[in-house]
Amino acid sequence: MKSNLHMYVMAAPLLTAFLVNIFGRTRRKVIAPMVLGALGLSSLLAIVVLKRTLVSGDLSYTAGAWTPPWGIELLVDPLSALMLLLIAAVSFIATFAALPCVERDLQDRQHIFFTLYLILIAGLMGLVLTADAFNLYVMLEITSITTYGLIALGRGRAPLSSFNYIIMGSVAASFYLLGVGYLYLLTGTLNMADIARYLPALQGSAALSTALAFILIGLWIKMAFFPLHGWLPRAYTDAPDGAGVLIAPLMTKVTIYLMVRLMLTFQSPEFPLISMDVRTLVIWAASIGIVCASSLALAQRNLKQMLTYIIIAEVGYMVGGAWLANDQGMTGTLLHIVNDALMTLCLFLAAVAIAYRTGSLHFDNLKGLYRRMPWTMAFFTIGAFAMIGVPPTCGFYSKWYLLLGGIEAGQWEFVVALIFSSLVNAVLFFRIIELAYFGSLQDSEHHAHASAERHEAPWWILSPLALTAVLLIVVGLSTGPLVHNIIRLMIPVGF
Amino acid sequence: MESLLDHIIAKYNYWIYVVLMMIGFYAMIGKRNLVKKLLGMNIFQTAIILFFVSTGAKKGGSIPILDKYAALQGQVDVNQVVNPLPHVLMLTAIVVGVSVTGVALAVMQRIYRKYGTLEEDEILEKIENE
Amino acid sequence: MTPIVSIWPLAAILVSLLGALPIILAHRQPNLRESWTILIALVKLMIVASLLPGVLQGSSYVFTIAQVIPGVPIELRVDALGMIFALVASSLWLFTSIYSIGYMRALDEHAQTRYYASFAVAISATLGVAFAGNLLTMYLFYEMLSLSTYPLVTHEQNAEARSSGRKYLTYILGTSIGLALPAMMITYSVAGTLDFTSGGILAGKASPELLALLLVLFLFGFAKAGLMPFHGWLPAAMVAPTPVSSFLHGVAVVKAGVFSIFRIIFDILGPETLQSADLGSLITYIASVTLLIASMVALTQDSLKRRLAYSTIGQLAYMVLGAGMLSATGMLGGVMHLAMHAFGKITLFFCAGAIYVASKKKNISQMDGLGRRMPITYLAFFLGSLSIIGMPPLGGFISKWNLLIGAVEGDQLVLVVVLLISSLLNAAYFFPIVYRGFFVPAADGEGDGIKEAPLFCLIPLSVTALVSLALFFYPDTLLKLARMALGI
Repeated sequence: MKSNLHMYVMAAPLLTAFLVNIFGRTRRKVIAPMVLGALGLSSLLAIVVLKRTLVSGDLSYTAGAWTPPWGIELLVDPLSALMLLLIAAVSFIATFAALPCVERDLQDRQHIFFTLYLILIAGLMGLVLTADAFNLYVMLEITSITTYGLIALGRGRAPLSSFNYIIMGSVAASFYLLGVGYLYLLTGTLNMADIARYLPALQGSAALSTALAFILIGLWIKMAFFPLHGWLPRAYTDAPDGAGVLIAPLMTKVTIYLMVRLMLTFQSPEFPLISMDVRTLVIWAASIGIVCASSLALAQRNLKQMLTYIIIAEVGYMVGGAWLANDQGMTGTLLHIVNDALMTLCLFLAAVAIAYRTGSLHFDNLKGLYRRMPWTMAFFTIGAFAMIGVPPTCGFYSKWYLLLGGIEAGQWEFVVALIFSSLVNAVLFFRIIELAYFGSLQDSEHHAHASAERHEAPWWILSPLALTAVLLIVVGLSTGPLVHNIIRLMIPVGF
Repeated sequence: MESLLDHIIAKYNYWIYVVLMMIGFYAMIGKRNLVKKLLGMNIFQTAIILFFVSTGAKKGGSIPILDKYAALQGQVDVNQVVNPLPHVLMLTAIVVGVSVTGVALAVMQRIYRKYGTLEEDEILEKIENE
Repeated sequence: MTPIVSIWPLAAILVSLLGALPIILAHRQPNLRESWTILIALVKLMIVASLLPGVLQGSSYVFTIAQVIPGVPIELRVDALGMIFALVASSLWLFTSIYSIGYMRALDEHAQTRYYASFAVAISATLGVAFAGNLLTMYLFYEMLSLSTYPLVTHEQNAEARSSGRKYLTYILGTSIGLALPAMMITYSVAGTLDFTSGGILAGKASPELLALLLVLFLFGFAKAGLMPFHGWLPAAMVAPTPVSSFLHGVAVVKAGVFSIFRIIFDILGPETLQSADLGSLITYIASVTLLIASMVALTQDSLKRRLAYSTIGQLAYMVLGAGMLSATGMLGGVMHLAMHAFGKITLFFCAGAIYVASKKKNISQMDGLGRRMPITYLAFFLGSLSIIGMPPLGGFISKWNLLIGAVEGDQLVLVVVLLISSLLNAAYFFPIVYRGFFVPAADGEGDGIKEAPLFCLIPLSVTALVSLALFFYPDTLLKLARMALGI
């Protein structure tokens, strides 16, 4: 169905970005209502879009009225509508916490920050909307460039981290572009659905394999798939708090969604595209990645840095799940994209709240936090449980599907890696919970409790955190409808 | 041996882009100076742009400016005009490349102001000592 | 009989979960806070009891909370087996709440609000385990129980509590994620369902090897049952305040483990399926080894609570042993012991706590002559230990008698011998305590001024001791429930 409703979802942050830059320069007070208004509008529209796609099928918009496959098509089906809603909602929630952090860190550069911030969000939305392979590259670079800028706004060694990210990100984008070039040579089209039509005839050609390999490696670098993850920990740790809460939950997840989208578009049951051996290889890589990233997380002594390694491990979950090539694994991956975005958001919000009050996220600094910030830590605990995979939080159910997919596909190394990582997550988070719960043991216990004063995070950070923590449980309990009504629809029968 | 040479010569445009790409890639990964890394990145991107543009080229092809009526009546021989689409795409890619370079230069300025050098080893050393 | 859709099972769970809120809100008014606790405990017991008549008539109550995974909703289902556990847990929570007031106030413990709130969440989780309609739901509440008891185990917040807390989580969470979860996934992928079905869901679907693997994974995966070698958390968890030890580590947590294993054996793997694969002996061997070793270790413990902990490990193995016999009488004995042991053991723990409150003594060797100063406590202790040993006229006799008959009927002479030896060992580690209390005079000057513990402590322990006694004379309801649960 022709519609331009989904364009408004993307247009709201994009246009507001320019307005923020113009008006926010002189009057700082207008920034918060503008940003929140735009993202709130986006979220509401995204809900409408999702409902409409569920009722009346895909919505399509063609840029400049050039009909596809020549023109650029922006297509939204239930799955991308779900992703759109996820991006809009997560960024809306994250913004509440970003505002006070930016206010404190970047007093007179707030308008610059939020310009980049909103363009990044629009770019992410564009990524899930576009049906054109080259347009995807442009969107990918829009998100990347804004992310480079946001990270470079951080303190300490942030510029260096940002620079390394620029180099790696550009390599990734170039690889992707190269792959698209090969595909264009082979098929003469850039519309993804159109490309998929020509692919069966090219089965087994070396050029096709090269094209896919370039595209995949490009995306893998962008999503920090082990061992291509080197840039991520420092970049995400050094990013300003306000940017971290947006980038960490969304960037990797959206890139994984792109990989899944390409796999679902290009592959069909009759035409497996990728041989069994390659699949097994990738699943092994994912499993090793999960184990290594989890182990590296154990070595960290800083909460944020630990979380970044957990993100990398989770990327392994999702890549592995997608490559299991059965519908349980694919369901698990898609579900985990949603869940992991929310879990990461919850944990990063908690980290930001702690950093806002205590100034540092080093483990030594976390002692006795349950006394000082009981609510923050309560929500952090829920996020931690979700990450470990304790039911009824959502993290359990996606892990369930992933494990089931692994068992059905007979890929036991993946199953073992997942369980290992769950156990490591339990150790990681209980180490923090223990630190925060016990405080310093040197003091006599009652004295220690008396000395720690209660100093909760500001409302602007605490309320989105509370909302996210509740969402973790609500989404967990509505896994059934989510899978049944949206995710399963999009996975071809017999996949 | 001869056939291999023929092979290479026949597809010389691809080989040029591969060589350029490798040079750029080496500079990005192997060099420790941030400016050289950035230059490598530019070479890398240029290689890809060259690759794309060369794919649109045709022997004896002319510029793709067509007579509207001739085109509508199907009188244009597609072998006589180069494919304009890769060029157009590369215009966008060039814009993207320039933006990335711009951001990278700005970031590099900040690094230089902060650490007084653009050698990665020295910067890391200074961070260690902080 | 068709199941009745009813909100009451959910209400029984929610009442204490939501009840944690007023408890937290009343943190500045201890009297109000404790009144809330008692009130919630009463309401909960009444809800559970109101479901009893229906269950006795053979109906079951179901309530679906959420659809999460195809074929496996989060669902509550009240049946006879769950009813036994729920009745025991909710009635004993009431006594524990009363006892807690006496104990915590007498010792002037810190962070009492957190204590009562965590307790309320833990009992919700316990009832959730009891009322779970399928394995997934049970796993959900099982994990919730593990996590909500962590603040209780580490209540003291000192170095010892921290290391015990670590051990507790490592054992409980490690096994449930590392062993029980994969076992559950495999079961689901083989059977396509996780509903508790009388006779099991794996009949004819799994090879004997797979069954054996699943059985081992489940037996050790639910480490709350304390089967060796995954028992180490229980003695470590004794650093908790005594009401926690008595209720959670005498009743709720450990019984949740055993109950889970019952569910696995009765309703997932199925006794007949296990029988045909000849896996009953595997269970009984593991249980027997645990039983004997734990009883012998208990003999060597001087700390009263640690001795009780090892005794608990041994008694839990009795229950698993009964289930593992796979014969009607044996399984009946196992199920009955779940209830009988609960009342006996909680009495013993209450007594240990009362002794600590009154005299600050933790070790048995210091307890000479205490019985004369605390006659009621010691009398209750005596009754409780008789019940655990399995002597008439106390409830424990009924369950142990059934276990013995089951072993004899099954021609399993080894088990008969194990049961007899173990009962002797039980007597050997309990009677000296009572003997010292009454007949060994205290050293000079020791024990002056020691009186009975406060009434809040004394009443619950007397009542539970009397209930143990009463259960010998009126076991009919429990027996009927147990028979219904086993379908005999």
